[in-house]
Amino acid sequence: MKKALNVLLVFLLAFAVFAGGQQEADQGAAAEEATEESAEDSKYGGVLVFGRGGDSVGLDPARETDGESFYGSTQIFDNLVEFKNGTTEIQPALAKSWDISDDSLTFTFHLVEDATFHDGTPFNAEAVVFSLGRQLWEDHPYYDLGPWKYWGYMDMSNIVKDIVAVDEYTVRFELQKVEAPFLANLAMDFAAMVSPAAVEKYGSDFPSNPVGTGPFKFVSWKKDDHIVLERNEDYWRRPAYLDRLILKVIPDATARYLALQKGEIDVMDFPSPEDIADMKADPDIKVIQQPGLNVGYLAMNCEKEPFDDVRVRKAFNYAINKEEIIAGVFGDAGTTAKNPIPPTMWSYNEDIDPYPYNPEKAKELLAEAGYADGFKTDLWAMPVARPYFPDGRKVAEIMQAQLKEIGVEAEIVSYEWGTYLEGTDNGKHQTALLGWTGDNGDPDNFLFVLLSIPAAEVPAGNIAFWKDKEFNDLVVEAKSTFDRDKRTELYKEAQEVFHEEAPWVPVAHSVVSEPMQPYVMNFKLSPVGKRVFYSVWLDK
Amino acid sequence: MGNRGHAVSVSFVQRDNGLQMLKYLLKRLSLLIPTLIGVATLVFAMVALSPGDPARVMLGERATKAQLEKIRAEMGLDRPLIEQYGIYMKNMVQLDFGESIKTGRKVMDEIKELYPATIELAFFAMLFATIVGIIIGVLSATRRNTWIDYTSMVGALVGVSLPVFWLALVLIMIFSVGFDLLPTGGRINIRYYFEPMTNFYVIDSIIYLFREGDPKFLTSVLRHIILPAIALGTIPLAIIARVTRSSMLEVLKQDYIKTARSAGILENRVVYRYALKNALLPVITIIGIQFGLLLSGAILTETIFAWPGIGKWLYKAIEARDYPAVQGGVMVIATTFVLINLVVDILYSLVNPKIRLQ
Repeated sequence: MKKALNVLLVFLLAFAVFAGGQQEADQGAAAEEATEESAEDSKYGGVLVFGRGGDSVGLDPARETDGESFYGSTQIFDNLVEFKNGTTEIQPALAKSWDISDDSLTFTFHLVEDATFHDGTPFNAEAVVFSLGRQLWEDHPYYDLGPWKYWGYMDMSNIVKDIVAVDEYTVRFELQKVEAPFLANLAMDFAAMVSPAAVEKYGSDFPSNPVGTGPFKFVSWKKDDHIVLERNEDYWRRPAYLDRLILKVIPDATARYLALQKGEIDVMDFPSPEDIADMKADPDIKVIQQPGLNVGYLAMNCEKEPFDDVRVRKAFNYAINKEEIIAGVFGDAGTTAKNPIPPTMWSYNEDIDPYPYNPEKAKELLAEAGYADGFKTDLWAMPVARPYFPDGRKVAEIMQAQLKEIGVEAEIVSYEWGTYLEGTDNGKHQTALLGWTGDNGDPDNFLFVLLSIPAAEVPAGNIAFWKDKEFNDLVVEAKSTFDRDKRTELYKEAQEVFHEEAPWVPVAHSVVSEPMQPYVMNFKLSPVGKRVFYSVWLDK
Repeated sequence: MGNRGHAVSVSFVQRDNGLQMLKYLLKRLSLLIPTLIGVATLVFAMVALSPGDPARVMLGERATKAQLEKIRAEMGLDRPLIEQYGIYMKNMVQLDFGESIKTGRKVMDEIKELYPATIELAFFAMLFATIVGIIIGVLSATRRNTWIDYTSMVGALVGVSLPVFWLALVLIMIFSVGFDLLPTGGRINIRYYFEPMTNFYVIDSIIYLFREGDPKFLTSVLRHIILPAIALGTIPLAIIARVTRSSMLEVLKQDYIKTARSAGILENRVVYRYALKNALLPVITIIGIQFGLLLSGAILTETIFAWPGIGKWLYKAIEARDYPAVQGGVMVIATTFVLINLVVDILYSLVNPKIRLQ
């Protein structure tokens, strides 16, 4: 049975390669991977328990915004396109191919024809229109099941004009403007294909009764305890290897580590930074690491004195010793930043020379700017732990000591998280710590959202309130072309402008570590923060 | 004849007692309503006065203005406070806590799933604390100023001062990882196919045992509850032991004990039959209060032992400014607290009839 399925799969993939000549996705490698995998039936079987820090909020990925929710929904749902496992590259999924019109305003997707939702509903163009239409049209009968937060975050209502089912297996997107990250957005969790029949049946209970086309079917969910998923035998691709996948909540990182040592869980999410060295030294534990798609930074408010002076901003870049912050706060779980985008992202500018730690140089720059005796400033410290700053307060304290060396007296202020974000959005700070975690693997998701001129409007994403026309022109132009080489060039240039004008001190990118049992095979960390178990198998 | 007359007078007293008891119960129950209204109002005020815009906290770094306004309208945050209060009280009366802002599910449904876990854990913790606490208390009172007394009381002092999370981790390290005797956390082996009905797993697994004759669920459930119950029960245990001891010492000094002893009644009988019964009065009060405290105070234990209870859920709801969830959770816990107090008072009045006359 499985062999037959595998043969079918190879055939399908081969078909996809011939049919999908229009786009530049990495199908060759996908087909290769599939053939290699089809050779082995021995990979099938077993139950994997994934120990994680928190429960999913809901399992309708269009409604949720947190990673813990996506850990569950990613296994249950498929998208039109997807991130190639472990990368930010886009590859075909439920859309086997697509055509883009000459003006880049019309996308026509050709769908796979043998996919079925877990409840037996066939997957077709109507399902695509339903899944995304409920988020787009305010008069859609299921629009009120939102809020569709991520649809809003990605500004989709200002990108998509219309979604039309052309025939059973063809769907056309008409866009309002040329938006290069559009395709990457469709690979994000919120753009998952949901069963229209199941949404009609469950209504507001759909998030706890999810039905998709994905490799795993939803079985049960005990709130704050565990979610059980099982293999979808009728998957439209090679079925998943695991019989069952259990997502188990163990809130405390130390208790999670103990459960891993005892073998109660197979993969552990989010270890405490101080345990990672021990885990790496333990022969019974395998640790996989990858830099996260995030950046933690100190934003200097360019609309307020003295940070309107580029010399002062540069002085801060020289004065802050990032190594010390990494050692003191991140341990084995962080790496220093020099650009506003993380190194795993395409177009990352390797050629930028980071500002070295040099307090003397910083003092010189301050003197030039007329602050030979230093000055006083506030320094906003985040009250919560985020991936990009596990301890905002501690980062601020280290910075405070370093700034003192150059005569700057920084007063640390902190507010409750909601008030904090409201304050930074409205530019109440002089300097503030904040960060960003990428969503769609596109540099636009950092450079435009965090540093462009439109983003400096309150409530601002650009909390440095840095309005640089040269930079802005580059990132706006990069948004409007689908030519990847051209975009890479533009983004690299934009990073140079950023470096010269120094609106931030880019501090750190966190490193994601995933400890697991040595018999867990083919687990890949995803730069966009997903945990995909489709191709994972157990060697025991 | 004499005997008969005695029996008659007892039954008369009992009838009188029953009437008094009923009156007392009604009085207590009528006090319940204003108490709960007070609690509900307090919860509303706490939420209304706490800083931070809940819409902003919910949407995080990426919120747009339009989204914020939409959420505020949905939550009724744009209405006058007095109107919000009116709607809130109306819903409370109907036991309708609304839908959680975070998950979109009915708050009552989530509470029904999580609260039994907390009650079960608190119950076993109190069971452990009460039994062991009373035994230690009695032993140290009857053997005052011996090494048993000193050890117990030093132990009790250590018991109340131990940080719960530390104790919990040490218990896991020793009994789960070290000796491999017990699981590290959770309520049952999650690899089993176990479908709970009441969400009280002990009850559910006993039903399974009778229905299918398979004890593996019950064994697993009991194995899972031991360590968290010990961790959670340690502080109440220490308190109960100390209260029992001092109360016992007090009672043992009383004249009627001396009388009983001088009448040649066996020491064990004096201690357990006559002294302990009276000494238990303050202990019952303490048990009631401690049980109430455990319901909301189990957060740390629940966190370390991955115990899906209401404490951690409520903490997260507060953090996320999930108003309906916070209000529902606090109301349910407060109501339980009040009910436990009622039970304690009734027990008290049963043991000591003088209370009813006051």
